[in-house]
Amino acid sequence: MLGYIIRRILYAIPILIGVNLITFALFFVVNTPDDMARMQLGIKYVTPEAIEKWKIERGYDKPLLFNQEAEKLGKLTDTIFFEKSVSMFVFDFGRADDGRDIALEIKSRMLPSLAIALPVFVLGLIVYITIALLMVFFRATYIDFWGVVFCVALMSISSLFYIIAGQFLVSKLWHWVPISGYGSGLDAAKFLLLPILIGVIGSIGSSTRWYRTIFLEEMNKEYVRTARAKGLSERIVLFKHVLRNAMIPILTGAVVVVPLLFLGSLLVESFFGIPGLGSYTIDAINSQDFAIVRAMVFLGSMLYIIGLILTDISYTLVDPRIRLT
Amino acid sequence: MEKLVTTSWSLILLALFLSACGESNWNNPYATEDAEKNILYNVFTERPKHLDPVQSYSSNEIQFTAQIYEPPLQYHYLKRPFALIPATAKEIPIVKYLDNEGNQLAEDAQVSDIALSIYEISIKPGILFQPHPAFVSNVQGDWLYHDLNEQEMAAIFKLSDFPQTGTRELLAEDYVYQIKRLAHPRLHSPIYGLMADYIVGLSDYAKVLKQANQNHSDGKTYLDLRDYQLDGVQVVDRYTYRIKIAGKYPQFVYWLAMPFFAPIPWEADRFYSQKGLIQKNITLDWYPVGTGPYMLTENNPNLRMVLEKNPNFHDEFYPAEGMPGDEENGLLIDSEKKLPFIDKIIFTREKESIPRWNKFLQGYYDATGIGSDSFDQAVQLVGQGEATVTEAMAEQGIRLETTVAVSTYYMGFNMLDPVVGGSNAQERESARKLRQAISIAVDYEEFISIFANGRGMPAQSPISPGIAGYREGKEGINPVVYEWMNDQPQRKSIQVAKALLAEAGYPNGIDQRTGAPLVLYFDVTARSSEDRSKLDWMRKQFQKLNIQLVVRSTDYNRFQDKIRKGNAQIFEWGWNADYPDAENFLFLLYGPQSKVRNSGENATNYDNAEYNQLFEQMKNMDDGPQRQLIIDRMVEVLRHDAPWLWGYHPKDYGLYHAWYQNIKPNRISNNNLKYLKIDATLRAQKRREWNEPVLWPIALLLVIVALSLFPAIAAFRRHESSPAVRNASS
Repeated sequence: MLGYIIRRILYAIPILIGVNLITFALFFVVNTPDDMARMQLGIKYVTPEAIEKWKIERGYDKPLLFNQEAEKLGKLTDTIFFEKSVSMFVFDFGRADDGRDIALEIKSRMLPSLAIALPVFVLGLIVYITIALLMVFFRATYIDFWGVVFCVALMSISSLFYIIAGQFLVSKLWHWVPISGYGSGLDAAKFLLLPILIGVIGSIGSSTRWYRTIFLEEMNKEYVRTARAKGLSERIVLFKHVLRNAMIPILTGAVVVVPLLFLGSLLVESFFGIPGLGSYTIDAINSQDFAIVRAMVFLGSMLYIIGLILTDISYTLVDPRIRLT
Repeated sequence: MEKLVTTSWSLILLALFLSACGESNWNNPYATEDAEKNILYNVFTERPKHLDPVQSYSSNEIQFTAQIYEPPLQYHYLKRPFALIPATAKEIPIVKYLDNEGNQLAEDAQVSDIALSIYEISIKPGILFQPHPAFVSNVQGDWLYHDLNEQEMAAIFKLSDFPQTGTRELLAEDYVYQIKRLAHPRLHSPIYGLMADYIVGLSDYAKVLKQANQNHSDGKTYLDLRDYQLDGVQVVDRYTYRIKIAGKYPQFVYWLAMPFFAPIPWEADRFYSQKGLIQKNITLDWYPVGTGPYMLTENNPNLRMVLEKNPNFHDEFYPAEGMPGDEENGLLIDSEKKLPFIDKIIFTREKESIPRWNKFLQGYYDATGIGSDSFDQAVQLVGQGEATVTEAMAEQGIRLETTVAVSTYYMGFNMLDPVVGGSNAQERESARKLRQAISIAVDYEEFISIFANGRGMPAQSPISPGIAGYREGKEGINPVVYEWMNDQPQRKSIQVAKALLAEAGYPNGIDQRTGAPLVLYFDVTARSSEDRSKLDWMRKQFQKLNIQLVVRSTDYNRFQDKIRKGNAQIFEWGWNADYPDAENFLFLLYGPQSKVRNSGENATNYDNAEYNQLFEQMKNMDDGPQRQLIIDRMVEVLRHDAPWLWGYHPKDYGLYHAWYQNIKPNRISNNNLKYLKIDATLRAQKRREWNEPVLWPIALLLVIVALSLFPAIAAFRRHESSPAVRNASS
């Protein structure tokens, strides 16, 4: 298994270079270094000299991908792309355009993102799987039918609606929790309750239907018939056998997103004033801060790759037949 | 995992319960013990980029820096038009003029004779900086925190981690030091280019510092500006410094009221230049050191910025006189009382308007602006279009304060464009009439009513109300667009515009040379659905003249690029005044400020010899009737040439709770928080009243859960006891 993991990590390097290149190309198609300088320097009294000075200081005065004036390898290395990318692979994210250290920012914002994403993920998983199992248990009854209708209805509603409706009802009308904000330690609880609740409710429709489909597929397999033939109750069949055998598709969807939980949610963080990584990314895009954008995309890609590796490893844990070689 | 989740969830609920038990309002976003404290709760939407006064310029930054840093001058809080008064200066500096030989000239000397203007500024003695670790020294006089070793640095994560703080007296050299920083090679001051034209030797000084910076081979990051002399700025004595300005620049005095000219102690610059602190984001750009009424004690631009009363703040008192009506409005109750009134100001970052608005209504923010989506809920028009709060707001004791901003939003014509600008005399005349016709057709009264909820004032010229040089009433109207009827300006009829269009060579919108319909291009950065409505409206305005308006929408970067290169035809732009002087608006149409030719601020590239000559004359004059005459003539030239559709001056609407006092909003002076007052007891009482938790939904929820569980359990039992064959087949 170790050899497999090392191989997967090595495969990740060209993927990360590719992602970095695409991010770079997409960013600089829309923004030139001059645009970035103007965005940072403001719109009043900005002189061409000030723009040039800003670019030189941050290394944006060089060619983007290929330096014709340089010699030999310098043609590739004396470029914005190389200089800004190579440091990423040693996790040196550098400084944002406002001068703040990106790694420190990421570190401080990771916790608020996790404070919402982790409970939503864990609680959501429990709720969705439980409801899906109940719907399968009552399959072909009015409970299952109305459950599916309810799920489709929930899926049809925009996540923004849940946020606004949640804030309106729970915070504005009933005064149960603050509408937005964030605190440290136990003080954070009152701010997190509503976003977590909305995060869980917002995905009930789609997730429950997804797990229901998985369980229904398992129900038609022969081991289920064998279990019933043994005289096991439907509850035992469902919760002990079907659930265990459905773990592979569940893990496929779940484990891969675990590392991405660090990156936070763009919409929820913005509406609830949570100072997490989601709002950090959005702010960076709005202020054309390439240093942050590329760091966040790099981090996202890396975490996704880690998620995929973790998924593969988890297969071996839930299914002894699988061997990673 | 499940156990872990259950435990975490229980902890959250327990914490919620415990916190709920301790206070009556569950939705209180602040600490319970702060409920009756003298704290102002404010909002910021965009994180500041710079808090270093040499770099920061935008409004989201100056709202912090203006409370912390003290330039020598400030604006009177209550007087209008805006009047400068001393802040840390003993008095407003009296400028001296010198000729080429260094002889002093009379106050009314000819501008051409003036070689230098000398501003000698004396500051009040005894003013202290806020407590700060940069000022701490030991008994031997060695600085305690200027050269931290790795071990000491390891224990520092934020400024408050330094166990000791110190202070020292504000000196003239601190102001000189800051002016030198305008030319610092590692800083980007937005006004460096402008000031280099005026402050004697600043341009050469920048070159000297650049060289010094390159020669810095000792591995340290600190560049001690005291070692490099700047000709144009000198320390005269402990409390006096002198600034030499090339020629005459009367507007310079306004810059002395901005944080760019606030003092920076060299100790702070030295302290913050340590690499270990920079690596931890502890820099002068993020942790200001000032003498102002407040100091930044919590700096988390992602969540919250906290200003607390500076314990070393010098004596300053609430103004004893204001404008007529100020006394009746309760604005002089605190006359001559010591400032500031509020102990702490908490700025919370609130990016979205919905939570911001609702928290204001719940009493958790003390003031708010009004978004278009909540305008109808907050404001109603009574009598002759006078804006007031709705009954619901009035019941909560909320009041509305309005003020015309010293800003202008206009539609510009690119004068380099052959159609709207013209390339020869005949074309220019034709284009002028075309622009005039469009000026009449585009109904800004309607625009303000539809898209700004009435929050604006149609502009008659570039000069905003409240600025010296602005004319009110009949003599202030633009005769090209308006007539004076029934004591108010009346937009001319569309027939007048059509006649002008025909004279321009486009009868009924048809180009008489080619017979083709006239098509004009409008460059915008519009994105939202509201923007689309505005564009549809704008097309209809042009359609009144049978002109086809083609909208060219692009992103802001490309838009700016088009303007810089002169590729746009018609575009929208705005300007917020830096200081209350007509020059700050009129320079936007000064020929040498052309965007295309000189990368200036004249986005239309308008260039009229008479106007340019008048501008050069006017900008060097002191306010007075003579200057007003020149301004009037300049405005007349502009109205005739119509390089802009003058657009409108926006009105700021703000809502304030009953406990928030001494409010007189304006956009020119930014250090106003020291004058404001809060009745924290009233606020706490109202918050309790407005935010009592509503409990019946909890009971209802429990009943619903119980009712749905009962049949579910019954169904489950029935299902479990049913024959296996039916289960299998289903």
